Amino acid sequence: MSILVLADLHEGQLAGATAHVVAAAQAIGGDIDILVAGEGVQAAAEAAAKLDGVSKVRVADNAVYAHQLAEPMGALLVELAGDYTHVLASASTTGKNVLPRLAALKDVSQLSDVLGVESADTFLRPIYAGNAIATVKSDDTLKVITIRTTGFDAVDANGSATIETVDVVVENSQSSFVKEELAKSDRPELGGAKVVISGGRGMGNGENFKLLDGIADKLGAAIGASRAAVDAGFVPNDMQVGQTGKIVAPDLYIAVGISGAIQHLAGMKDSKVIVAINKDDEAPIFQVADYGLVGDLFEILPELESKL
Amino acid sequence: MLRLKIFFKQFLAAGIRRAGALQVNGFYYQLSEEPMKVLVAVKRVIDYNVKIRVKADHSDVDLTNVKMAMNPFCEIAVEEAVRLKEKGVATEVVAVTVGPKAAQEQLRTALALGADRAIHIETDERAESLAVAKLLAKVVEEEQPGLVILGKQAIDTDNNQTGQMLAALTGLPQGTFASEVAVDGDKVNVTREIDGGLQTIALALPAIVTTDLRLNEPRYAKLPDIMKAKKKPLDVKTPADYGVEVASKVSLLKVESPAERKGGVKVASVDELIDKLKNEAKVL
Ligand SMILES: Cc1cc2nc3c(=O)[nH]c(=O)nc-3n(C[C@H](O)[C@H](O)[C@H](O)COP(=O)(O)OP(=O)(O)OC[C@H]3O[C@@H](n4cnc5c(N)ncnc54)[C@H](O)[C@@H]3O)c2cc1C
Ligand SMILES: Nc1ncnc2c1ncn2[C@@H]1O[C@H](COP(=O)(O)O)[C@@H](O)[C@H]1O
Repeated sequence: MSILVLADLHEGQLAGATAHVVAAAQAIGGDIDILVAGEGVQAAAEAAAKLDGVSKVRVADNAVYAHQLAEPMGALLVELAGDYTHVLASASTTGKNVLPRLAALKDVSQLSDVLGVESADTFLRPIYAGNAIATVKSDDTLKVITIRTTGFDAVDANGSATIETVDVVVENSQSSFVKEELAKSDRPELGGAKVVISGGRGMGNGENFKLLDGIADKLGAAIGASRAAVDAGFVPNDMQVGQTGKIVAPDLYIAVGISGAIQHLAGMKDSKVIVAINKDDEAPIFQVADYGLVGDLFEILPELESKL
Repeated sequence: MLRLKIFFKQFLAAGIRRAGALQVNGFYYQLSEEPMKVLVAVKRVIDYNVKIRVKADHSDVDLTNVKMAMNPFCEIAVEEAVRLKEKGVATEVVAVTVGPKAAQEQLRTALALGADRAIHIETDERAESLAVAKLLAKVVEEEQPGLVILGKQAIDTDNNQTGQMLAALTGLPQGTFASEVAVDGDKVNVTREIDGGLQTIALALPAIVTTDLRLNEPRYAKLPDIMKAKKKPLDVKTPADYGVEVASKVSLLKVESPAERKGGVKVASVDELIDKLKNEAKVL
């Protein structure tokens, strides 16, 4: 078996997700290479080379791969995939954007959001917002898979893989980058945070999300949100937790003013400990919460902050 | 400009009885500046409010007597297409689905929401994203749309693949997870919801777009439109008509319920909560 992992980048640096995908590759077994593609990605390549269990890091450093646009990234993967039995990426927006192109061009299916490995061809993946777990077997010659990072503990970074340059350059006249508005935050990344505190429609407005800040500071937490809070414009889209947003599984998840719709639960119900703060004691979120506190969040949050 | 168009429309509407709708339509298209057909792909799925159950023999989920509906992301796709038509950017909206006979309900919904005609590719087999993408690629070849809009994800399989696969197979550029779509001459600017925030890209038309939640808020179909939709054209085809094999090399071995989470306890105060988190759960 030989596995190629597409590295996730965040502002040119190696993102935390990649170490989880390498863990999934180890569960499959075989030689593991990482592809780092982008522009000015030498540092990311060096970070990738340190991940345990990696034999080789292949670096495609070229302006055409900047921002990892789908068309050139797909074409690059097609060029390289011939050497591998499996191609893996995290189920990030980049992985989801690019990998299905490789699958289609190789005429194979893609398995999305894999959260468990039974063998080199049999995998577990959630369907119906995680309300069912399917075991699927792929007889395709190339397995193209996106990995749900919460299913695999990150590998350590004590390795020293070789780094080699890939000089495949593809043309792209179809799509071009215009601009990006990236959320700036000193807080941990939602996907990797040990503690997440999320606000829902009950927060009332964007200004009130500040009530979560002090608590997040004290707990070193990332801040998330429900779809309703994002739709209402309280907070940006990158904070949405759920079936169609980010999947998190921290040690502690605190849901504030969130009712607990199945789509929200799909994104956080694998958290170790769940706390719910809601004024409605019938809210479905209490059915999954280890500790529920019924009451008005505008009274509870300041008290919680001061007592932590 | 707009006024001129309306004038022609009224003028031509008067001519419909004599000249026949098709011909008149064709004439009108020639007059409008950039005629563009929009193809939308819609999928019949379980209603998003339903919590699914796994069959006792673990062979699959149980869909008997479960409420079905149009995939919510496809509703957003139809809405966007219809708005493009209302803005005069698109001239025709064609809805397409791959699925069993019953999926015609969702096509009728699309027609009631404003699509002009529909294509049903009928199959009782489980059509996975790759097969659907292959079929849609054939439809794209036949219909030559200027824009194809799909949902970003079907909420049953949660695959999030079909649009990307269709783009790869047709060689058209893709703008996935769109929260804004702005057609501008021979290109389209797509603002995408990405993990870190928002990204805007420009694509040469024709292009493939997949919808995210914030793209628009779909309208509800009105009763008169539902009645009218029954008379709109709906073509029925089969995968064989397009020479596409639906079977995939992925087999479903079993389906299980996830580990059930038990509700815990209610705490009476913030102090009790902190105490529990520190001394019982040991997460603080
Ligand atoms: C296709 C699709 C995809 C979706 N994807 C997602 C997703 O990824 N993530 C997601 O979250 N949702 C998603 N949803 C939406 C989901 O169905 C719910 O609508 C949403 O999660 C509701 O958000 P909420 O709990 O914040 O709002 P509500 O359901 O309105 O709940 C607000 C809660 O706040 C409580 N509250 C109000 N005021 C106070 C107060 N002062 N103090 C304490 N509590 C208070 C209320 O009791 C209530 O329980 C999706 C829906 C669809 C159709
Ligand atoms: N059977 C189908 N018929 C028509 N469109 C489909 C079908 N399956 C998927 N699609 C389209 O592809 C989108 C994404 O689906 P998926 O990639 O399967 O999660 C859906 O929102 C639809 O727009």
